Amino acid sequence: MRVAVIGVGCTEFGELWEKSFRSIFLEAGVEALEDCGIEGREIGAIYVGNMSGGKFIDQEHIAALIADHAGLAEFGIPATRVENADASGGSAFRQAYMAVASGMHDIVIAAGVEKVTDSADPMGVLSTSVDQEWERFAGANLPALYAIIARLHMHEFGTTEEDLAKVAVKNHRNAVHNPKAQLRREIKVEDVLSSEVVADPLKVLDCAPLSDGAAAVILANENIAKKFCDTPVFVDACTQASDYLALQCRKDLLTMRAVLKASREAYRIAKLEPRQIDVAEVHDSFTIAEIMAYEDLGFVKKGEGAKLVREGETEIGGKIPVNPSGGLKACGHAVGATGIRQIVELVLQLRGEAGKRQVKAEKALALNIGGTGATAVVTVLSR
Amino acid sequence: MVPLFWRKIKYRYDVVGSYCEKCGSYYYPKRELCPKCRRKGKLRDERFPDEGRVLSYTIVNGKIIAMIGLNNGARTLAEVCAEKVEIGTRVKKVFRRYGEDGDEGIIYYGTKFVPVC
Amino acid sequence: MIGIVSYGTYIPRFRIKVEEIARIWGENPEAIKNSLGVFEKSVPDLDEDTATMAVEAGREALQRSNIPPEKIGAIFVGSESHPYAVKPTATIVGEALGVGNYYYCADLEFACKAGTAGMQFCYAMVRSGMIEYGMSIGSDTAQSKPGDALEYTAGAGACAIIIGKDPIAEIEATVSYTSDTPDFWRRDLQPYPSHGGRFTGAPAYFRHVVSAAKKLMEICGYSEKDFDYAVFHQPNAKFPQRVAGILGFGEEKIADGMLVRAIGNTYSAASLLGLAGILDVAKPDQRILLVSFGSGAGSDAFAIRVTEKILSYPRNTKVWEKVKNRVYLDYALYLKHKRMIK
Repeated sequence: MRVAVIGVGCTEFGELWEKSFRSIFLEAGVEALEDCGIEGREIGAIYVGNMSGGKFIDQEHIAALIADHAGLAEFGIPATRVENADASGGSAFRQAYMAVASGMHDIVIAAGVEKVTDSADPMGVLSTSVDQEWERFAGANLPALYAIIARLHMHEFGTTEEDLAKVAVKNHRNAVHNPKAQLRREIKVEDVLSSEVVADPLKVLDCAPLSDGAAAVILANENIAKKFCDTPVFVDACTQASDYLALQCRKDLLTMRAVLKASREAYRIAKLEPRQIDVAEVHDSFTIAEIMAYEDLGFVKKGEGAKLVREGETEIGGKIPVNPSGGLKACGHAVGATGIRQIVELVLQLRGEAGKRQVKAEKALALNIGGTGATAVVTVLSR
Repeated sequence: MVPLFWRKIKYRYDVVGSYCEKCGSYYYPKRELCPKCRRKGKLRDERFPDEGRVLSYTIVNGKIIAMIGLNNGARTLAEVCAEKVEIGTRVKKVFRRYGEDGDEGIIYYGTKFVPVC
Repeated sequence: MIGIVSYGTYIPRFRIKVEEIARIWGENPEAIKNSLGVFEKSVPDLDEDTATMAVEAGREALQRSNIPPEKIGAIFVGSESHPYAVKPTATIVGEALGVGNYYYCADLEFACKAGTAGMQFCYAMVRSGMIEYGMSIGSDTAQSKPGDALEYTAGAGACAIIIGKDPIAEIEATVSYTSDTPDFWRRDLQPYPSHGGRFTGAPAYFRHVVSAAKKLMEICGYSEKDFDYAVFHQPNAKFPQRVAGILGFGEEKIADGMLVRAIGNTYSAASLLGLAGILDVAKPDQRILLVSFGSGAGSDAFAIRVTEKILSYPRNTKVWEKVKNRVYLDYALYLKHKRMIK
């Protein structure tokens, strides 16, 4: 059964000091419901991506909390939290997709939410996505592990710090036109290069900011999709793969095998080639991750990722625009919400509702990654 | 968290990993199941070589954290005690403090590396 | 024949010069160097302590001898800077060396002589047949109050000695001289030691070292002429030089063991590192007098005869070579390395 996205909603991403965990998921959810005119009781199930309610706000059992505060507990709608580090949102989307595709439910909400700024050490919490007993013990946090990958990429393929900076520059430029984005300002390559070093060779402006934010999408089977929505966006494939959790266990640090596997399976299911993708939202938690994504998604050959950004091919107007929303880098990274936020952006792009950042697109791809790539979720959408 | 550290002492104080007697693969950190042979594999603890080579590294919080390729092909992520290293620098293991649980808690010892002179 | 079957040494890479410490306190470095005979001292790295240095020394001792770790039946770590007040350093060392679980083990403290005390325990245990091999380690990251005279000399280092049969250097005899002499102490929960100034000299160091050495020679029927080398505890360079003179040893017999000039007083490791300096160059049938001193107070004296086995024993990297591998710290970094500022 084909599955369509019929409604989308998303909060602004950023340091939302005035807003609580409870208020942001409600805001995103209400926007999604209103987008497709659903009342509420039609919903069959809720899947919520959230990495660490426990660590960020000391609250577990957040799916029930959300159902409660959304007024859906009244109807007894089943709600489930999905956790896959910062791939939680993408994974929740996949659960929701399967629930509809299987025929179990007609309408399902996939949401993602994270409130990070209530915590004193958000990067410390995000870094719990890596192997605590070996990688964290050794003194590595998430940026450090990406830095190790970046240095090797530079060493093996001649990628430069300027190339990495260009990814940030592009994504910041895109974010200027995204009203929901956290960092809506242009930056220059020199700004990135002269920003404070976080984990050499990665600098502050190579890293996505950690953000508060929530996003929600409503999935429905194709038979009823048109009833709620004039412009349904179809899910052509939604795949997920795993890799070894710790970098030291992977034979090749320069290939994210989970991305490779999930994307190839998605292409097979969606019956398309990578070059047929018109727009992509990829997981640029660090600039090197976007360059690796170009390669592992098959947009270019391994080692040639930097060439795409050097030649401007992933800018809006280029051959394959990547992260028109600004990506995690500039739109912001609300951890568990990010995977859903990517879907929201691509739905807007496919509907032609992306405003000044609009890309002409028929087929779109989202890549959501957990940690350093031990989880990858790939979604292919079409009009 | 004391039991969590204690359980791994053998594998942190020295570079003790797993060797699969069936397929001849080395794994670090220790594994309970050989990913290649799975239930048919036969893993045993083995002390890994003292030396290796820096495959890549970063400098974070003033410390060099490196991916080290040991001489048997296994890899370990560890701190390198040096002013600077490069990809390819030969290193050998040393026994050092990784941290401590505040002023009153236990001290976390483990294996780090230093450049081979 | 029972004695030393292997030894291993460890000296941290970092140093601070007498000049740099004197600069902070407005003292005259030349006068201090003249009176102490010490020019610089070793300082541990930020992540080093008595346990880590003991492990490094122990590993070298095992590696040089090719003794399987599980044959080590006893481990004693002598130190006055054990990282835990309660929780033995020696268990950390045993685990890191992979000796298994069936071994005798304890931490020792006797100011600067706990390492030689451990040697006597191992010697007795091997001789009684309780164990095949025993390891005694002297290891210290010596504490000193900023501004105290001790600050110029309190160094860091470790030396591990494996005692067993078929040695590279036979322990012919050992004797101790002990009394209740409060020349230097550290009260429980106090971070820095206190000392009796000049009281640490005649009634403490000299009386104990000389008495132990003379008793040993009396027992063995040896005179100073029977020894090719002598090594004494070295809180500074002047004390061992003077005691050598009192006992009739010339400068040439102690020079190879005078590590104190370059690394300061390494406390429990000091006389053992000096012994290592001599074993590094000694020839078969040469005889060494080793006399430690621990405040409080006591001295352990040993008559050690080098055997033919030393010719096939790998002695590199020699301890004096290790001394040369060094990086100098300024006083602020020194404080950080000593964890006095965090």
